[in-house]
Amino acid sequence: MTELKNELKEKIIDILNLEDLFISDIDDNDALFGDGLGLDSIDALELIVMLDRDFGIQLTDPKEGKEVFKSISVLAEYIAEHRTK
Amino acid sequence: MFSLKNIQFPHFIKAAATHFKTDYPKFYKMDNLSKLALLSADILLKGNDKNEDTAILLFNRASSLDSDRKHQAAISDPENFYPSPSVFVYTLPNICIGEICIKHHLHSENAFFVFDTFNPKHLFFNADYLLKQNKATQALCGWVDFDDKNYEAFLYLVSENGIIAHQQEEIERIYHSHKSKATND
Repeated sequence: MTELKNELKEKIIDILNLEDLFISDIDDNDALFGDGLGLDSIDALELIVMLDRDFGIQLTDPKEGKEVFKSISVLAEYIAEHRTK
Repeated sequence: MFSLKNIQFPHFIKAAATHFKTDYPKFYKMDNLSKLALLSADILLKGNDKNEDTAILLFNRASSLDSDRKHQAAISDPENFYPSPSVFVYTLPNICIGEICIKHHLHSENAFFVFDTFNPKHLFFNADYLLKQNKATQALCGWVDFDDKNYEAFLYLVSENGIIAHQQEEIERIYHSHKSKATND
């Protein structure tokens, strides 16, 4: 699970262009939206695309997305359970 | 003011943003055209008294072609069809004006025009109209173009308190003198 969490942090930094941020700067339980990393609605769409492209997971329910993207820990657990690739 | 030679745009714009202390959380998420426009505008607007009633008139040749190409590349393979939302939102040139307005809290008129070449006539008449009709108290005007490895930004502020007469000939003269200086450098 630690490997997946680090992979997710790397992807998030790269895909969302979080300049000057390193894996070590993101805590597993940091909020991804709001006060944590401060991601916005376009970032949320990028994360949805990433789930589909890299893990074969299609999120269709916005409420589900809100819960899944709570933190790296929650996201990693969700991916481990639902990934098809 | 600031120069770096033989350096690619991403490194140049990052160094310039650091040099000018351009503080905007979204800076590195924006497309190249918006980075160029926002940084150029920021240099002018920082030294100016905060004025929400500032219109923006920008022109260029390549429109949003840089982002358009990236979006096209992401959707060209039906087997690997994953358009990026953060690229797609910049497939219009006027988005860079929105970024400037958000950062500087500007609420006045704005427009983005696409021409083959720098067009001082349209720049002059559009800014002159906005100011004379009291649509804005000042206007941020200029040419911001980004296409592949070529980029160019020439911005100026028009207001009642300016020190150079707002005339088409002056706009043309200043643009060409700066362009020739940049070419010689």
